[in-house]
Amino acid sequence: MGFLDRFFRRETPRKSAKERLQLVLIHDRADISPGTMELIRKDLIKVISNYMIISEEGIEMDLERDGRSVALVASIPVLEVKRKRSREGDK
Amino acid sequence: METRIIVVTSGKGGVGKTTVTANLSARLAMEGFKVVAIDADIGLRNLDVVMGLENRIVFNMIDVIEGACKLPQALVRDKRVDNLYLLPAAQTRTKDAVTSDQMKELCDSLRGEFDFVFVDSPAGIESGFRNAAAGADEALVVATPEVSSVRDADRIIGLLESFGKTSINLIVNRVRPEMVRSGKMLGVSDVMEILAIDLIGIVPEDDSVVVSTNKGEPLAMTDVSPAARAFEKIAGRIMGKDIPLRDIDDLEEKGFLVNFRKLFGRRGGRS
Repeated sequence: MGFLDRFFRRETPRKSAKERLQLVLIHDRADISPGTMELIRKDLIKVISNYMIISEEGIEMDLERDGRSVALVASIPVLEVKRKRSREGDK
Repeated sequence: METRIIVVTSGKGGVGKTTVTANLSARLAMEGFKVVAIDADIGLRNLDVVMGLENRIVFNMIDVIEGACKLPQALVRDKRVDNLYLLPAAQTRTKDAVTSDQMKELCDSLRGEFDFVFVDSPAGIESGFRNAAAGADEALVVATPEVSSVRDADRIIGLLESFGKTSINLIVNRVRPEMVRSGKMLGVSDVMEILAIDLIGIVPEDDSVVVSTNKGEPLAMTDVSPAARAFEKIAGRIMGKDIPLRDIDDLEEKGFLVNFRKLFGRRGGRS
């Protein structure tokens, strides 16, 4: 089995163990639930929308592993930068 | 030399903390250092039976902390190896019988008296583990190449870091090279990549460990089995000897050429 797995580069138990661990540890280390992630996402949209028009559907936000620490990486496409006077707090 | 206090911990139970503690203590004593092994698993003591000293216990760690005896009275001297001592845990008490401060005080009272102090931590992340870690300068984290063990080790490393421990080293225990090679089991390199801490040794799965525990005679004292050799190397690294971790290469052969060789039924040429 091991021989064929190697030969055809199939998913081995070793690989799946490693991948499952990497995934579970990202959440263990960050201690952030998917629900909390969604709240962060909504708050981010709210804050950034004060300054620029962004594509909400285009937002990619994820936790990534960086050595022993976890990074929150967000990619937020900007459609247009708002003029200063149209900002909420300035009215 | 300045006393080094080392906690042996893992998070998950049954991965070999006590075996590691017994063998590294024995090995370093055989190298001429004065060593004491402390069993910090109060209520579930086991280091005494693994070291084969269970019949010679009079007092225990709690007696010392509560002032029922002096420290030297509680130390069990190993008659087989010079300079090796055990400070047993209390068996009929619970983890609440000791506080972190008391544990720290106990460890500090051993400074100057010994070269090495090994503290065998209980499993878990509760007070027992916290107390065991409280007095230690360094930590050895023991993990087996299994999902549950590595996950728990990661949690323990995070906690040790939050306690301000800066010297944390990993021992990967019970490695089965054949299973790693055939892709059935996590390899040492996988565990290292995931945990991202320094590796100080690899111990192969070895039936001799079961035999030595049954006899109450740490492998390091007599045996020349693969596990005994692994403990000897780890002890050497703890002493500061530069012993390369070439085991990784021996245990896990990698790369195109190796796979190519395997394809034709040949090994990588290493012994």
